[in-house]
Amino acid sequence: MEFFVFGCAALMILVGAVGVITRSHPVHAALSLVLTLFGVAVLFVAQEAHFLAAVQVIVYAGAIVVLFLFVIMLLGVDRVENLRTEPLTAQRPLAVIVSLGLIGILVAAFTTGSGALHERGEGINIPDLNTGTDANTTQLAESIFSKYVVAFEVTSVLLVVAVVGTVLLSRRIKSVEVETSK
Amino acid sequence: MIALDELLVDNLLWAPLLIVLLKVVVVFIVGLLATMLMVWFERKAIAGMQNRIGPNKTGPFGILQTLADGIKLFFKEDLIPNRSDRFVFALAPFLSFVPAFLAFAIIPLGGDFRNGNGGEVTWFGHVTKVQLADPPIGVLFALAISSIAVYGIMLAGWSSGSKYPLIGSVRASAQMVSYEAALGLSLASVLLLAGTLSTSGIVAAQTTITQWNVISTGFIPFIIFLIAATAELNRPPFDLVEAEQELVGGFNTEYSSIRFALFYLAEFMNTVTMSALIVTLFFGGPQPVAFGNFVFDIPLLPNALEGTFWLLAKVLVFLYIYIWFRATLPRLRYDQLMDLGWKVLIPGSLGWFMLLASQRLARQNDWNIFIVTGSSVVVMVACYLLLQAAFSKSAREREIQGSMF
Repeated sequence: MEFFVFGCAALMILVGAVGVITRSHPVHAALSLVLTLFGVAVLFVAQEAHFLAAVQVIVYAGAIVVLFLFVIMLLGVDRVENLRTEPLTAQRPLAVIVSLGLIGILVAAFTTGSGALHERGEGINIPDLNTGTDANTTQLAESIFSKYVVAFEVTSVLLVVAVVGTVLLSRRIKSVEVETSK
Repeated sequence: MIALDELLVDNLLWAPLLIVLLKVVVVFIVGLLATMLMVWFERKAIAGMQNRIGPNKTGPFGILQTLADGIKLFFKEDLIPNRSDRFVFALAPFLSFVPAFLAFAIIPLGGDFRNGNGGEVTWFGHVTKVQLADPPIGVLFALAISSIAVYGIMLAGWSSGSKYPLIGSVRASAQMVSYEAALGLSLASVLLLAGTLSTSGIVAAQTTITQWNVISTGFIPFIIFLIAATAELNRPPFDLVEAEQELVGGFNTEYSSIRFALFYLAEFMNTVTMSALIVTLFFGGPQPVAFGNFVFDIPLLPNALEGTFWLLAKVLVFLYIYIWFRATLPRLRYDQLMDLGWKVLIPGSLGWFMLLASQRLARQNDWNIFIVTGSSVVVMVACYLLLQAAFSKSAREREIQGSMF
């Protein structure tokens, strides 16, 4: 059963991920991204991380990709891109090198780290801090609002600064004196 | 361990499997029937409010009108516009229809919640709940579903390849993303008092009428939730998505036949689900009306069945309120919609949530509740004044610049 769920979710993730890079249409690529995000949410549920799964769907699928689509529609860039034009000529060879390097790093990390679960660590039998229907939410809230509260609040300040900065940069008030002198 | 219905956890027997299958089928059929009746009810009630008769030919009181319309739509020609994106055009109605049914799965549809029973009933010797699923994330599931429901409308409008549907879908995405925040924040007040996310847990905590969340959270979260839910449903007065006078029909202009019927069905199904969700969150769901120890008990009915009747009665009230809204209120302008969402509902729900949180903290630490409430109100008023000052300054600057937004 678990293997079946994992297989389906992994298939969703892979098909979506391949779709994001192969579909030449921006809207189709965004929809493939949604498929991937849903697959990840299913995997979260399979690992009993219900809260993360819900947040994954609400924030990523429900807000971020919706905003992507919103911008694509508003700016009218929803046309098929011509993939043969090359704005940066070194782009493709560089991409191949970087992705090969990334695959190498990941493979190295997995091969050296696979023993960590079974030999050195406690494996997947990590004891639950508390159980019950809301265990997920409680544990997450406790760590966010007690242990990591400073980092959490600073992150939110960072986001607010980014938003305010964007508004300030994009909306300069021009010619205030001209209008008021009338 | 995969999250499943508790019945299916230990060893897979036929009876639990059949119970779960039965629940799935019943929830699906109840959903379809409720939608069918809701369409008829809306047409009949609106007709009554406008001094018309409404559907009266098909069946008694015209109750089969929706069925007749459905069959008619099924046999109509299915048009796919030439300039449309065919795959997304075909996908969009289902993206709108499936979430509408999924959200219905977490509503407790009955069961005995009295005397700390937790809504569990025994069917064929197996203890279960009268709801399709009771996931640990409960209400967040409904939020997640309502946040992906926007895809159906958005993609329908975009993939049609014509301008009015596109305008409708751009409006839809802006509106639904904006009101999502107010919806979630007003929900937070309920979750703060209930202390759990599970829908059956929230219902179980509301035994008497003073424990109903509408009263114990102080009415404001309920009002905000009702307004934000109406906006999420794209129902009047927030139906800018399909404003007939401006956009022909909005996002569904290019749809015909059964694809159009799916959108129509999804819209009404969402209305039923949202009413049921409001009743679950704020009005005790299947709990009977009770003052203190006095319970309005329907005689001769087992308590578990009685819950379904109470739920039905409460949901009907909200369905009627939605119809009433539609018959009474004129549609909002786009800037009024955004002002209401961002400048009134979100700060309002956030402020109220902080007030409830401070009161809870005061009760836990044995602080004087009046001083804490008083100082919280002072802080809220100060924040309100600051916000108003910011609004008036930005309004002045926009006037100088000559821009509306």
